[in-house]
Amino acid sequence: MDESLATKVIAEIAAVKRIPIESITIDSTFEELAMDSLDAMNLLFSLEEHFGISIPDEAANSIKDIRSAVAGVERILAEKNSAQG
Amino acid sequence: MPTPSGRRVVVTGTGVLCALGSNSAECWDALREGHSGIAPIQSVEMTGLRFRNGAEARGFRPEDHFEASRCDLIDRFAQFAVVAARQAVSEAGLDLSGPARARVAVITGTSMGGQTSLDRGFAAIYKEGKPRPHPFTIPLTMYNAGASQISMDLGITGPAYTISTACASATHAIGQAYWMVRSGVVEAALCGGSEAPFSPGILRAWEAMRVVTPDVCRPFSRDRRGLTLGEGGAMLVLEPAWRAVARGARILGEVVGFGMSSDASHVTQPSVEGPVAAMAAALGDAQIEPTSVDYINAHGTGTPVNDATETRAIRRLFGAHAEKLAISSTKSTHGHALGAAGALEAFATLMALREGVLPPTISFNEADPECDLDVIPNVARNRQAEFGLSNSFAFGGLNAVLAFRRWA
Repeated sequence: MDESLATKVIAEIAAVKRIPIESITIDSTFEELAMDSLDAMNLLFSLEEHFGISIPDEAANSIKDIRSAVAGVERILAEKNSAQG
Repeated sequence: MPTPSGRRVVVTGTGVLCALGSNSAECWDALREGHSGIAPIQSVEMTGLRFRNGAEARGFRPEDHFEASRCDLIDRFAQFAVVAARQAVSEAGLDLSGPARARVAVITGTSMGGQTSLDRGFAAIYKEGKPRPHPFTIPLTMYNAGASQISMDLGITGPAYTISTACASATHAIGQAYWMVRSGVVEAALCGGSEAPFSPGILRAWEAMRVVTPDVCRPFSRDRRGLTLGEGGAMLVLEPAWRAVARGARILGEVVGFGMSSDASHVTQPSVEGPVAAMAAALGDAQIEPTSVDYINAHGTGTPVNDATETRAIRRLFGAHAEKLAISSTKSTHGHALGAAGALEAFATLMALREGVLPPTISFNEADPECDLDVIPNVARNRQAEFGLSNSFAFGGLNAVLAFRRWA
């Protein structure tokens, strides 16, 4: 897992939920963070903005925790880079 | 005692915030003293617009009323609705615990809803080249956000919905709520309107209509040049008179009639017949004669056409009694708050009857032969009025009039 990517995702979640970054770990689930469906929507939007990507609905539905969020962004970024390369 | 058409309905709580103040007491003081809430607009960059002034609720800070995370989910217009509703329920001392909350209605009015949020979202797409607007754009923008947020905030589970009839929205909302309480559909209602139209796209749309004055709004004055946009929210608590008396509530006044009509003629040009029909319908609903009316809070937008047409409508309906009427447009103080206007003005009418002070039409410079009524120029009038009307005539030719009676 890309550590710097994970740090950025955690920072986005902290901003969305207005909670301290320290309260979030790579193993936090959205449930533990009290992220409801609107928070998740907001997070996906800010990840799309931050990384300049588009997260399809199927990928969005599988993002339930920090690890899956990082993995999802990682995969989409990789696809984007290989398409450009 | 019930009226032939149902129960008597009284107002037991008011919540108001607008350019004049952040609660009912501040707003009534400013109305009575004839203070102006109109000033150069600060919330929007105004370069290139043909007008500068607006009536902004400058004292309003969302973070004083909502948690930061909730601010993102409620457009300013709905924030106004919720804060006004909280004030009204608090003033009324209305019990919303237990099963009673299912018998309370929430009927809100707004003309433009959360279009400020939509404007921001569209700017992101069209101007900044982003692929999509913020995902909260839909819940922020929806016109029913005010009613929905009030019901969630206060735990009210009865009927809740929104009426959007441009500048008559709040008057239609209060009238609807009045009929629901009168007929026994609900045991109480929170009703009124809210509006927050200060965003770059919306202001330019109003500018393009050429109805906004470059100066300040001067209703019924010969040198009037148009309206001044305003923002804010006002909510009333309505309940049956017997219940209000039984629970020892402070009664602020009585709603006695509601009338509606549509011009069926022109989308922006008002007619004389439509307003006459709406005022007559309100008097008929109240079962009072035109000669009983002492005060009219006019629609009085300050556009050349509205004020002259409204004058003709009042003269046609009231005949010789028009000479005895005292009339004012409080839009001269709080601006034209569109879908909130009818609620701000219902509040002004209610307080005028209660306090025995009729609020003035300020910024009045010169009498206009086309508006030859007693428009209470610039200074409030001490006069104990018994019955008052509040007129709202919307673009699209939709007219709504409320009749109030002093509670003594």
